[in-house]
Amino acid sequence: MAFAAALRDAAKATAVAFGLFVVMVGLRTDVGPTGALFLRTRWPEVAMLCAAIFAARLAMGLWVMPRFMKAAGSSMSGPLARIGTFFGMGLLVVAVILPAIPGIERGQIDLAILVLTYIMLGWGLNIVVGLAGLLDLGYVAFYAVGAYSYALLAQYFGLSFWVCLPLAGILAAFWGILLGFPVLRLRGDYLAIVTLAFGEIIRIILLNWVDLTGGPNGISGIPRPTFFGLPFNMSGDPGTFAHFFGLEPSPTHRVVFLYYLILCLALLTNWVTIRIRRQPIGRAWEALREDEVACRALGINVTTTKLTAFALGAMFGGFAGAFFATRQAFISPESFTFIESAMILAIVVLGGLGSQLGVAVAAIVMIGGFELFRDLGEWRMLVFGAAMVVIMVLRPRGLVGSRTPTVALGRKRAIGAEFVGEGRG
Amino acid sequence: MTAAAPMLEVQDLRTFYGAVEALKGVSLHVDRGEIVTLIGANGAGKSTLLMSLCGDPRARSGRVLLEGEDITAMPTHQIIRRGVAQSPEGRRIFPRMTVLENLIMGAQAMGHDPAPELERVFALFPRLNERQAQRGGTLSGGEQQMLAIGRALMSKPRLLLLDEPSLGLAPLIARQIFAAIKALNESEGLTVLLVEQNANQALRLAHRGYVLVTGRITMSGTGAELLARPEIRDAYLGGGH
Repeated sequence: MAFAAALRDAAKATAVAFGLFVVMVGLRTDVGPTGALFLRTRWPEVAMLCAAIFAARLAMGLWVMPRFMKAAGSSMSGPLARIGTFFGMGLLVVAVILPAIPGIERGQIDLAILVLTYIMLGWGLNIVVGLAGLLDLGYVAFYAVGAYSYALLAQYFGLSFWVCLPLAGILAAFWGILLGFPVLRLRGDYLAIVTLAFGEIIRIILLNWVDLTGGPNGISGIPRPTFFGLPFNMSGDPGTFAHFFGLEPSPTHRVVFLYYLILCLALLTNWVTIRIRRQPIGRAWEALREDEVACRALGINVTTTKLTAFALGAMFGGFAGAFFATRQAFISPESFTFIESAMILAIVVLGGLGSQLGVAVAAIVMIGGFELFRDLGEWRMLVFGAAMVVIMVLRPRGLVGSRTPTVALGRKRAIGAEFVGEGRG
Repeated sequence: MTAAAPMLEVQDLRTFYGAVEALKGVSLHVDRGEIVTLIGANGAGKSTLLMSLCGDPRARSGRVLLEGEDITAMPTHQIIRRGVAQSPEGRRIFPRMTVLENLIMGAQAMGHDPAPELERVFALFPRLNERQAQRGGTLSGGEQQMLAIGRALMSKPRLLLLDEPSLGLAPLIARQIFAAIKALNESEGLTVLLVEQNANQALRLAHRGYVLVTGRITMSGTGAELLARPEIRDAYLGGGH
């Protein structure tokens, strides 16, 4: 009976919620009047939240899901895609208004910047791994190339961030092609190992070329970005951002500006990827992922197809790197270790190879969750390892495993109107 | 290029896998508008020959001429763009892409508008039209074979290379596939080089045939001639075909 099933489902959701809320909401440490911490419990709130979740999940199980099921008929891809669109739009709206939400503190915007950086890196790597199917374990190399490009160009030639940003992307793309050439014939495990080595080579060069890069000391004093030439600082002098707009000088301005900068860069990555997926080259990437032999038999130039994927993926990694350098004002090879590559790859795989929304959700969950559970200390890694295993068991293709077709007759009319209305199964 | 040049001429082609000689000097020709079949047992080098025509793997010696033009040393994608289409062994469709995307991929390297070709393919295989939004991997074996042939046709080929289109198909479905190949040849004059283990049906369909044994052509003749030969009957048609 449908009601019993919905009830069971709601009970399960409530159990999960209870498990989460007991620690997240139920227990709270506050600073007492003497400065000592004391533990406060908030059980009524937990109960209320659990009740709300039970009611909402039950309502969903009884009314919303059956309608979607009916609308879907045999295939679930339509409504799922629609839910995905709504969800994506919702995320975007939240992202755009985030700094303006009352009660948001600087630390939270900083965390959001970090999450967005990983979303952008995930989307960049998604081009290489998700679309073209080339397993790249050294993606952080391009992140490093971008960061060091900006840092060095600024240090030695005094170039500004806005000049260096495209240069960092171009240089990273160039290194992407350099990596691409030797690995053209490799696939799977072998490709992974060579890209892994490439990532390490870049890091070790940065570490040892002390004259140029400062070696393990890194590069400090990297110029911060300006708002179209208006610097952010606390002096309130004429010609600063705060003075120009008649605002009280505040360190938050720069953080908010950085936030919107990385949001724009990430959205650019997303937009380009979505556009290119519908272009012949994007389809060729996906076909390459599916079957390389078939691609060759169809006359696809596999060499250029692979190299463009490497170059474009690397370019976005380079942009993100330049952003990282200007945000931190200090970079060292320590920021570009293998664990970063692994993290980005985990985001892409957990999100669902090739899925833009999935990557964004996975980045939020992984990076956001990672920071949220900082108090767990060394248990954090264990929790995340377990969470990853659970996700992969439950959803082997990642959080968003479905793939939207890039052409369809009738709906987009990409081919011509003459097929519209013919039996489309 | 002369008018008399055959669609495809292969002269003394030798291909190696490492030190192993897979093709030991194969010569054959396919005239315009012909269906020519190449039959042989497992490991005879049939698929290697088809792949060598497209330069993947590249032949070590010998020549491949397409309407008199030497394509032996061309990169694979250039050969395909010259009007050679290959439907590879084992179908090799793109499983997670839709039927329509698979077909579009076939025309992609050529850069022409896929719409007219799409119409032709859908007319030839109406089943593909019904299933165009479905993922390739969810099709039945016969439908996947239709898709593989349709995808090859999308490039408007002069010469269609088919590698074992009946592989793993029920006899009834295989007959449908062969009927479609015959229809293509008769209505549009498409030249086909067909590699098959299913010698009986292939020889009935083809104008001419060659028999490949361990990298060498051992016999050739019209389809009817080869079908009548006792050694062919014993070697390839025995056992319930």
